[in-house]
Amino acid sequence: MTMPTAPIDPDDADAPGSRRYRSERAESVRLLILRTWIVITVLLAFNYLLWRWFASINWANWWIGVPLVLAETYSVIDLSLFSLTVWKARQRPDPTLAPATSTVDVFITTYNEPIDLVLRTAAAAQQIRHPHDTWILDDGDRPELRRQAARLGVNYLTRGKEWEGKPRHAKAGNLNNALMQTTGEFILALDADMVPKPEILDRTLGYFTDHAVGLVQTPQYFVNVPTGDPLGSQAPLFYGPIQEGKDGWGASFFCGSNAVLRREALMELGILGYVNATESSVLAGLKEARAITRRALRRRNPPAVQKVLTATMEAITHGLGAIGAGEPIADVTYALRSRIAELSRSIVDGHLAQVSADLAELGLAEAELSEGTVELADRLAAADLSPLNALEAVQTALAATDVGRSAEAQALLPMATISVTEDMATSMRLHANGWKSVYHNEVLADGLAPEGLKTSLAQRLRWAQGTVQVLLKDNPLFLKGLTGAQRLMYFSTMWSYFSGFATVIYLVAPTLFLVAGVLPVSSYAAPFFLRFLPFMIANQLLFVIAARGLPTWRGQQYTLALFPIWIKACTSAAANVWFGRPLNFAVTPKTGTHEDRVSLRDLGWQLAFAIILIVAIVMGTMKLISGSVEPIGTLVNLGWVAFDLINLSVLVGAVRYRGYQHEEAQQ
Amino acid sequence: MSQFTIDEVSPERAIIRAGNRLNMVSAPQLRETVNKAVNSGRSHVVVDLSATEFMDSSGLGALIGALKTARAAGGDLRIAAAGQQVLMVLQLSNMDRILRPYDDPATAFAD
Repeated sequence: MTMPTAPIDPDDADAPGSRRYRSERAESVRLLILRTWIVITVLLAFNYLLWRWFASINWANWWIGVPLVLAETYSVIDLSLFSLTVWKARQRPDPTLAPATSTVDVFITTYNEPIDLVLRTAAAAQQIRHPHDTWILDDGDRPELRRQAARLGVNYLTRGKEWEGKPRHAKAGNLNNALMQTTGEFILALDADMVPKPEILDRTLGYFTDHAVGLVQTPQYFVNVPTGDPLGSQAPLFYGPIQEGKDGWGASFFCGSNAVLRREALMELGILGYVNATESSVLAGLKEARAITRRALRRRNPPAVQKVLTATMEAITHGLGAIGAGEPIADVTYALRSRIAELSRSIVDGHLAQVSADLAELGLAEAELSEGTVELADRLAAADLSPLNALEAVQTALAATDVGRSAEAQALLPMATISVTEDMATSMRLHANGWKSVYHNEVLADGLAPEGLKTSLAQRLRWAQGTVQVLLKDNPLFLKGLTGAQRLMYFSTMWSYFSGFATVIYLVAPTLFLVAGVLPVSSYAAPFFLRFLPFMIANQLLFVIAARGLPTWRGQQYTLALFPIWIKACTSAAANVWFGRPLNFAVTPKTGTHEDRVSLRDLGWQLAFAIILIVAIVMGTMKLISGSVEPIGTLVNLGWVAFDLINLSVLVGAVRYRGYQHEEAQQ
Repeated sequence: MSQFTIDEVSPERAIIRAGNRLNMVSAPQLRETVNKAVNSGRSHVVVDLSATEFMDSSGLGALIGALKTARAAGGDLRIAAAGQQVLMVLQLSNMDRILRPYDDPATAFAD
């Protein structure tokens, strides 16, 4: 029998991100108000933006005027995508009961987290009520953790020897490795610092009674974060209205942890990916081999080489023709390989016959030699010693026969490996293959956030890099199989990571005005106010309404204050995707690292801009007092600079933060 | 308790008979069985699917893994005697672009 679904603990009902049921009617009213406000805000935004483009660029200072209007355009598009997202941010009804027969593997991924932390999560995972197997996936391969896992009675997996010398693909590789060695119908993915509640499966498995559902994601909520959230660890807007809105459009994302995945959906991804990759790599490889062989044939070759090249050319052409005619690739490549092996053997036989003849001529022929000849010929014709290896054409043809993805440890890569954030890339592929996802907005795991700014910064950099990587490698706007809304939902999140460039302009423009009197717009007088103020006020209120009481200010501050990180993420991801440069990201150690202090170098840009902004305020105020400048424009820019500074000031609290326990002890 | 049996046809060849279901539960066993055959030098492996009434994507994944293992050892993996459901899965997943379903396990390596 199925266990009855656990009632919601009333004490938990106030935890941010937790599930607070609103009546259907209240929800409809809230949504109506929200949508009305969205329409008003977006209209005001475009009213302002069109005026900016067509009536207020100060062309005399185009070098700052145009960048500013571009930055504002970026922000209005960002706002529009946000509006579109929350347009459908509606709570889901309670899930149906979990079928008792579903088999589940709980995967706890770890690399270098403290062993105590991993064990705490593993012990909690054992207490999950729905029947399941718990696995610790230790990419750190720590004997101590293996011992402790055995003592606790949970399964323990590390990478096998097939991974030696092959790309490891970080967490995606860790999960893929485990997927091939386990058998559960569903996978609960947990980071080592996410302590699951006993009801986590009872509350999520029910959604899978719809056979098209491939993923159920729940929030990531951190318990070691003091009031005020100095590091901006919680993401209430993302794990609230944004994911609910994406869910409304059929596009809620996989976020790496606290999610249940259907094995069938993942394996299908792996197989489709394998077939596509193999087909295209074999075809491309054979075409390349044909081109190389053709070039080689035009050279002046010794007759023996010419003969081999001609035969290779025939074999390649035959293979390409067979694939074109629909012959299975494994057969075609095997036949090609066999043909090359034959060629190799015939050449070795020829050489050996020549050697015997020479020896006989010298009177040295002995019976013993011919006995070992067959074995010797086999050995010399084998792939590694083949005389054909000297021919690039033959080598390329052989390489093209690889249907086993020899460069990879595993032929199947169900979790996407194209990005350092495997989660988003994987769910995008799931959606493209027609699987549905669910966002279940109820905290079902207690997370532990990084307690040091340095770690937190490293983590954000990695997320941003990964997101931009996915955009550049697998652009959702062009990915086949996604619905229009799904394209926009993925694109929206990617778009938001380009904010760093706009922020620089928002810091520079008012400074230039206050310090040097450079005016980027034609006027800061009444026409500006009439369009800008209503838009700005509507915009801020929209966040208040959409967030329905959740704290979002911290997130807004960090979006601005971390602009160097967002820029670095974009440039390093582009360098990685386009020029193959490494990202140099570190796995983020999550607890016990608050000693890991941030250095001033990490915040150099913010510090520099803070000083510049303060200078701008002082100079602007002096000019205002002396009456040498136009007062309204100066006041607008003073307010703007002050707003920038207040946002940047979030880093002061972050640098001073000494960790959760320290904070609690102080109170 | 493996539902796979190895028939060692020759020093280079083996026929592995799969059970009734080649799914997420039995997929790891198929992997192990193929590894065993290949490690004993029999890198030319035929998987006989005549008894298999149901295969899912995990089963298919295990076949791909087995193909990788056999090819890496200089051999090959072939499938034979697949039934209706298995053929349908091969088609739906486009795996028929890669693997040819042979009729008879005994002659799958006739070429």
